[in-house]
Amino acid sequence: MATNTLIWLLPLFPLLAFFVIVLFTNRNKALSHTIAVGAALLSWLGSMIVFVRALQGGLPFEEAIDWIPLGETHFFIGVRVDQLTAVTLFFVAWTVLMIFIYSVGYHNFGQPKGDHDHKGLPPHGAKVTDQHGHVHAVPSIEPMYSRFFAFIALFAFGMYTLVVSDNLLTLFVGWEIMGLCSYLLIGFWFAKPSARAAAIKAFLTTRVGDVFMLLGIAYLYSETGSLSYNVIFSKHTLEKLTEPAGFLGMSIAGLIGLLLFIGTVGKSAQWPLHVWLPDAMEGPTPVSAMIHAATMVSAGVYMVIRMFPLLSVGWQEGGALTPTMTVMACIGAGTALFAAVIAVAQNDVKRVLAYSTISQLGYMIAALGIGAYVAAAFHLVMHAFFKALLFLGSGSVIHGMEHGVLHTGDHSVDPQNMFNMGGLRKKMPVTFLTFTIGGLALSGFPLVTAGFWSKDEILADAFGNGYWLAFIVLALAALLTAFYTARQITLTFLGEPRTKEAQHAQETKWTMTLPLVVLAVFAVAAGWVGIPEGLTGGAIPNWFHEFVVGTLPEYLPALEFNFLPMLLSMIIALSGLTLGWWVYREVKAGQPDPLAKLLGTFYTWMKNKFYFDELYDRLFVRPAYWLADTFTNKWMDRGVIDGFLHTVARVAFSMGGVLRNYFDLPVVNGFGDAVGEGTKSFGKKFRAVQTGKVQQYMLSVLVFAVGILFYYLLSLLQP
Amino acid sequence: MIPLSWYLIFSAALFCIGLYGVLARRNAIAILLGIEVMLNATIINLVAFWRYRNPEPMHGQAFAVMVFAVAAAEVAVGLALIISIYRRRNTVVADDIDIMKW
Repeated sequence: MATNTLIWLLPLFPLLAFFVIVLFTNRNKALSHTIAVGAALLSWLGSMIVFVRALQGGLPFEEAIDWIPLGETHFFIGVRVDQLTAVTLFFVAWTVLMIFIYSVGYHNFGQPKGDHDHKGLPPHGAKVTDQHGHVHAVPSIEPMYSRFFAFIALFAFGMYTLVVSDNLLTLFVGWEIMGLCSYLLIGFWFAKPSARAAAIKAFLTTRVGDVFMLLGIAYLYSETGSLSYNVIFSKHTLEKLTEPAGFLGMSIAGLIGLLLFIGTVGKSAQWPLHVWLPDAMEGPTPVSAMIHAATMVSAGVYMVIRMFPLLSVGWQEGGALTPTMTVMACIGAGTALFAAVIAVAQNDVKRVLAYSTISQLGYMIAALGIGAYVAAAFHLVMHAFFKALLFLGSGSVIHGMEHGVLHTGDHSVDPQNMFNMGGLRKKMPVTFLTFTIGGLALSGFPLVTAGFWSKDEILADAFGNGYWLAFIVLALAALLTAFYTARQITLTFLGEPRTKEAQHAQETKWTMTLPLVVLAVFAVAAGWVGIPEGLTGGAIPNWFHEFVVGTLPEYLPALEFNFLPMLLSMIIALSGLTLGWWVYREVKAGQPDPLAKLLGTFYTWMKNKFYFDELYDRLFVRPAYWLADTFTNKWMDRGVIDGFLHTVARVAFSMGGVLRNYFDLPVVNGFGDAVGEGTKSFGKKFRAVQTGKVQQYMLSVLVFAVGILFYYLLSLLQP
Repeated sequence: MIPLSWYLIFSAALFCIGLYGVLARRNAIAILLGIEVMLNATIINLVAFWRYRNPEPMHGQAFAVMVFAVAAAEVAVGLALIISIYRRRNTVVADDIDIMKW
């Protein structure tokens, strides 16, 4: 099949799966998941074929169709696969497929229906009696099983569309579809108020970013007349956009880049729009893995990587950063540190990973901010693998803990709290091994993990180009990353079980552990494609750099290899891991976090996420509610509009009353009545004439006859 | 010959007497008598005009005889009605027969 046709088909398989599931197979759980996983498999296969063909050369694969007629010309949309797209397709295809397979097991396919499960609530378990008469509580199947697969299929469509599109408009379409699916999936268990609130929060917060992004797109279109990558990244257009925009001394391209970047700030949960991502953990864990680790938040970074030529207009390697890049570097590095600090004090296993995601995305954005294009792309791909692995692993852990909760029957124990876990390495060995691999990759464990190579490249770039502040901040964040990862692994898996629920935890099914193993392989080996050449003296080529740098209009050589930053990052990773293990290895049941006493009030601040949620609540949410409820609802709608209507009604009524009482009744009725009554009374009086006495009748005849006679005679007398 | 006007005055006076009888008598038969008198008065009037205007043809006399005959028939009918009323109401006073009123 022609490559271009294949590329067009990639988003269509999951879209078709969505429609089929929604319209036809909603009742049939097995059929729904087969269709969804089948679509993911087909798209994976297609992506692999495209990737292999891309490696063989001939990039970029592109094809456009004219979509909207605009006067003389058309607005073109199409697909475009270049090197960046190829590597993105690679990780998207793998992670999406793994997560789809994982979801089958996560939602307990094959288990009985729950005793009192409702659609909209997480499944609560079912009681089964075995042949000995023992009653066991077992996990029950998710009531809205097919709906989940429909939503993630739609989501996959959005992501594939975004990745293969060749213009900003369809990228934005894919972006928004993913935003919608994020809302639908975070609020999947819609009967939980916390889930509903989290879904709205996610949607609105990313919306803030999207508004600015749309402004950027509109501005770009108005300046260049096109949104197609071919056109906007052409030399001619970029030169045109170098002119100043008249806003804070930025060039037009810089301003556009800044606006687009704000879209990423929302979508990739950077400070200050980071508040939605931790709350998004209300959704099922596959959702957290897919949307909030591997794909959707990566889409934000993918977009800014794509737009790099626009952002870096006027920048030369080693020169001064453009204002937009400075903003990106500051926000990225700042967020990386900020989120890492908060992650240290979180107790929920998914929350730690959520803040970890925010932190790692900050890394990627900081890398782009300092001009390390390839390093940012590299970390994007590696992060997707090991973060998806970590999230799926945490889902496996939670499933194991829930098994323990069902066993003991004590539902007050939170299966997601790490302080209720412990010793799970014995109960859940596969999960333990794969999770540890993911955690080590995240921390940047030297040499054998993917995260090491990608993170090191970012740090090396910061070091090599002399961005000292960025380097120090990112190094600190790396230290904290290693620390909280070791904290997480130690609390969850090492030591002894702290609760009965942890004692009765159980390893999960193959549908959940197989994706973990596959992703673990990538987490270990994927980094080896990007080993800096200087380390091995040119023996192993830095394939990733050479491949991805082909996307840029000008060749960007890899940085001169310097052993110092690599050594520093090794020391940071190892020391962070050791410190984290050492502090937490002895925590027993019921004991508080050892850091709490050490850090005192600062720990409370960390645990409460530096009160940003409360700040936004005061600053934005409450005024918005006031505006909606008090101002618009009570004052404007009920007071002014309804008041006006009620007044009009009252005036009309009173006018009606007046008219009725003073005109209708007396005059109109009166006239009618008078005619009738008058006739009656006249008749009553007049009939007295009819006495029945003949002689009186005769008398009146005589009188009238004489009268007429007189009249006649008198008239004769007239001359 | 005596003047025509004497006959006319006489017939008018007789007519008025008859009219008075019709209007003022209580008894129904008396009213019939009055009607008779009125009729005779008109016959006199009619014959007087015939004799003094055009006595040759016999039209006047023929007319007068017809009137007599009609008067007689009419009295017969009237008496029959009064007898019928008397049988029903046991009275011949005209004022008492007043049921055809409101």
